[in-house]
Amino acid sequence: MQGSEGYHNLMFWIFAATAVLPGLGILIAKDIVRQAFWLLLSLVGFACLYLLMGADFLGFTQVVVYIGGILILFLFGVMLTHRTDVPLKEVRGWNLVVPGIVGGLLSAAALLHVAYRTEWNTQASAVEPTTSAIGQNVMSTYLLPFEIVSILLLVALVGATYIARRGGEKGESE
Amino acid sequence: MIHSFEGLLKAIPCLCPSFLGQAEGAASSAAAGSIGLTHYLVVSALAFSLGITIIVVRRNAIAVLMGIELLMNAAGLNFVAFAKYSNVKGGAVDGQVVTVFIIVIAAAEAALALAIILNIFSNTNTIEVNEADALKG
Repeated sequence: MQGSEGYHNLMFWIFAATAVLPGLGILIAKDIVRQAFWLLLSLVGFACLYLLMGADFLGFTQVVVYIGGILILFLFGVMLTHRTDVPLKEVRGWNLVVPGIVGGLLSAAALLHVAYRTEWNTQASAVEPTTSAIGQNVMSTYLLPFEIVSILLLVALVGATYIARRGGEKGESE
Repeated sequence: MIHSFEGLLKAIPCLCPSFLGQAEGAASSAAAGSIGLTHYLVVSALAFSLGITIIVVRRNAIAVLMGIELLMNAAGLNFVAFAKYSNVKGGAVDGQVVTVFIIVIAAAEAALALAIILNIFSNTNTIEVNEADALKG
């Protein structure tokens, strides 16, 4: 039992480092493609943390939607907005680096203050398969939010297609 | 401001694992060193702060989007952690349902934002957010 506990803790620290430390890579990396791959590592870390907490459905949804969908979308965005004749140099003045770091530290201070100073319930619930429970909740308790978010996704995707296509037509006519 | 600074002072030594274990052991009757809700909240807080810093510091629109994705992941991690450490019998999945919604909204937002970025690129030949100032008064 003690060994299993230690193994669980070790896995937590590895996954936590995998989720958080690539954020520094995104912050520092010069090339946008390298940033995308740092983001990939961070998303894998978050998926592993979900799985460690017993949220099996969410862990795999994270892999499928974020890594399989959103990250590929980002890479397509990079490809479509990359001009080989113009070097992709980024204007990074010091006037924004300092406020960014100060803002990040302040938000970290506030969030950590709340996390440490509140008496949380520390009794973990048992790990069970969550997929059927999530499905039943979505179809009963959360039916209205589910429908709203479905409409939102449909409208957003149709709108995105329209906006991107209009930009392409304008580019052709010029 | 005072509270934030105090929290910051408390937070800095708390980042090392041994001290985290002590804080957790003091807060609960669980064995010292075991992973609790606070650990997940700290991971989420650090990821959230890094996301905010990325949004402010980076000037590339796609990098700013990556920061936003980091923020959404941090929020989702919080929801799942609260669901795991909830009082509800049999384990609550409500937090996980909310995280599913967050993932859907993140997908919609990424698709829409990338379409807008493509439009900005076709108009200004750059995706620096400072260059998209046509609506600035």
